[in-house]
Amino acid sequence: MNVHEFQAKSLFAQFGVPVPRGKEITSPEDATAWANELNTPVFVVKAQIHAGGRGKAGGVKITKDKGAVAGFAKELIGKTLVTHQTGPKGRQVHRLLLEEGANISKELYLSILVDRDSGWPVFIASTEGGMEIEEVAEKTPEKIIKELIDPAVGFQGYNGRNVAFALGLNTIEPAVINPFIQMMGNLYRLFMEKHAAMVEINPLIITKEKTIVALDGKVSFDDNALFKHADVQQMRDLNEEEPLEIEAGANNLNYVKLDGNIGCMVNGAGLAMATMDVIKLAGSEPANFLDVGGGATKETVAAGFRILLKDPNVKGIFINIFGGIVRCERIAHGVIEAAKEVKITVPLVVRLQGTNAEEGRKLLAESGLKLEVADDLWEAAQKIVKLTGKAA
Amino acid sequence: MSILVNKNTRVVVQGITGKEGSFHATQCKAYGTKVVAGVTPGKAGQEVEGIPVFNTVADAMKKTEADTSLIFVPPPFCADAILEAADAGIKLIICITEGIPVNDMVKVKRALRGRDVRLIGPNCPGVITVDEAKIGIMPGFIHKKGVVGVVSRSGTLTYEAVHQLSTLGLGETTCVGIGGDPVNGTGFVDVLPLFEKDPETQAIVMIGEIGGDAEEKAAEFIKKNVKKPVISFIAGITAPPGRRMGHAGAIISGGKGTAAEKMKTLEAAGVKVVRNPAEIGAAVKQALGR
Repeated sequence: MNVHEFQAKSLFAQFGVPVPRGKEITSPEDATAWANELNTPVFVVKAQIHAGGRGKAGGVKITKDKGAVAGFAKELIGKTLVTHQTGPKGRQVHRLLLEEGANISKELYLSILVDRDSGWPVFIASTEGGMEIEEVAEKTPEKIIKELIDPAVGFQGYNGRNVAFALGLNTIEPAVINPFIQMMGNLYRLFMEKHAAMVEINPLIITKEKTIVALDGKVSFDDNALFKHADVQQMRDLNEEEPLEIEAGANNLNYVKLDGNIGCMVNGAGLAMATMDVIKLAGSEPANFLDVGGGATKETVAAGFRILLKDPNVKGIFINIFGGIVRCERIAHGVIEAAKEVKITVPLVVRLQGTNAEEGRKLLAESGLKLEVADDLWEAAQKIVKLTGKAA
Repeated sequence: MSILVNKNTRVVVQGITGKEGSFHATQCKAYGTKVVAGVTPGKAGQEVEGIPVFNTVADAMKKTEADTSLIFVPPPFCADAILEAADAGIKLIICITEGIPVNDMVKVKRALRGRDVRLIGPNCPGVITVDEAKIGIMPGFIHKKGVVGVVSRSGTLTYEAVHQLSTLGLGETTCVGIGGDPVNGTGFVDVLPLFEKDPETQAIVMIGEIGGDAEEKAAEFIKKNVKKPVISFIAGITAPPGRRMGHAGAIISGGKGTAAEKMKTLEAAGVKVVRNPAEIGAAVKQALGR
């Protein structure tokens, strides 16, 4: 789960990571009131959406004029920002962060996540702050510093010193070395205690006043650990999520919307991905990823149908079930019952394999429903692509 | 021969009185697996389909000489259950549970380091040695005794591959699900040498997916150490970047972990990579010259 910058920064403050004074704003009136209270030489108004590249898209305004703040707020709230991370449709702005400006002397990059290779948390740091870290890693890999943290003992001073000296803080600004190391320890605590999946500060700045400040902040959380953190759950912003994905989640379905024409419904994540891939191989594009889980019942299949059919791009549906513990004839019953409840308006191909597959296919064939049955994965993919036409 | 588990493996099922635990313990036993004990704290003295239940793994081991644990404990308590099994002296821990917090697994993995114990999973279908022991949730009947070792990050996609291998008459030796989580106990590189050494295994099927670099590590290992033919399928060539595709570990982040990159690396290591998941079996058949 992702959260907004203002939420990330409030967590930073809570854990002793220095941030600019700032506040979430949802109206021009709020903006004026907070600007008066903030009383700073430079005001920064930042659109809050779950996507990077806001600055280039016009989502960040900087002004020395307190009176101009409300105008910027009015301009940004309700505006749709299109950045390289939002896709062409863009994202509508519902809230802003209004904070004090900073005197930047140097921009750094710092993040923490779990290194999948070792299974240990790892800090990633670079002197190339303000840039996309992927780009830095690609073009100048020598400028990426990695420091693994042993989870048995947690963050140690030497971890911080390793990073601080590798960044050259001793030549850039020695006064910030100790605050920097302390801040890394605090970030590690935030990461572990709140079960974050990633914490990224880009840029982390050294100010002309010789302090360090997290000028931006991005935090995402491990969905599997949300049950431990009611405060984090409250940070969820449904405006930032795809409505169909919200509906799927409410039905315990794992759904990701894509841009193709063939809706697919599959049991198991790996097979669901493979089904998408095979649709492409057959000459079309998948409209979604949908894993209905191990126990595909009438209810889950019906919910799946409803979600797939709400996507106007869907021109055909491909159900691919490998019955293991769940028997295929039960799934066939589920499909038949669900198809009666939900009016299926597009071609449907059902591929059943595994436990009692033949019985399941027979039930489907005799159901009177308008559908095609298949037993082989490739045959099924070709059938649905033939019925819906190849992708343009 | 086979790898990891066989007809002598003695299994304790942790979380045996739960819905999943009792169902699958029964299924495993019916397959012929020696399921000798179950554990649910506070339920010692009960039985599940004739399997005695104990309060702790240590008790279960003392009374039944169990050496392998199969875990169905719910996510919030699962790290605890894995560590309990390891501390009691279990040598092989197979964890089916999906949804364990990553940071819990970080601590578990660290705690198991350097100890004489292997963890398979979590978030996996388990391990089956055909006609000897089924220790997991896979449907036993689709397997057929044969010559192919299967190692996979997925569940139902593995069944798909196994079904093809069985239908073509090739059959399997052992199938290992290493799971779909970003931090797991056993990787491809741990299972590949076992198959390479196993005299009954003539070919290896490796099923990967987007996210992480386990397949790249495997490619490096195969290039240096594996003489047997390896056939691979990587799921997720159509998956968009930055989105989690069902499995917690199936995500392309920062442009890393794409299916295309993994396929390229594996092919460069001499692995036969099939683009079409329906052709896994046929590719193995061809590699074996049958």
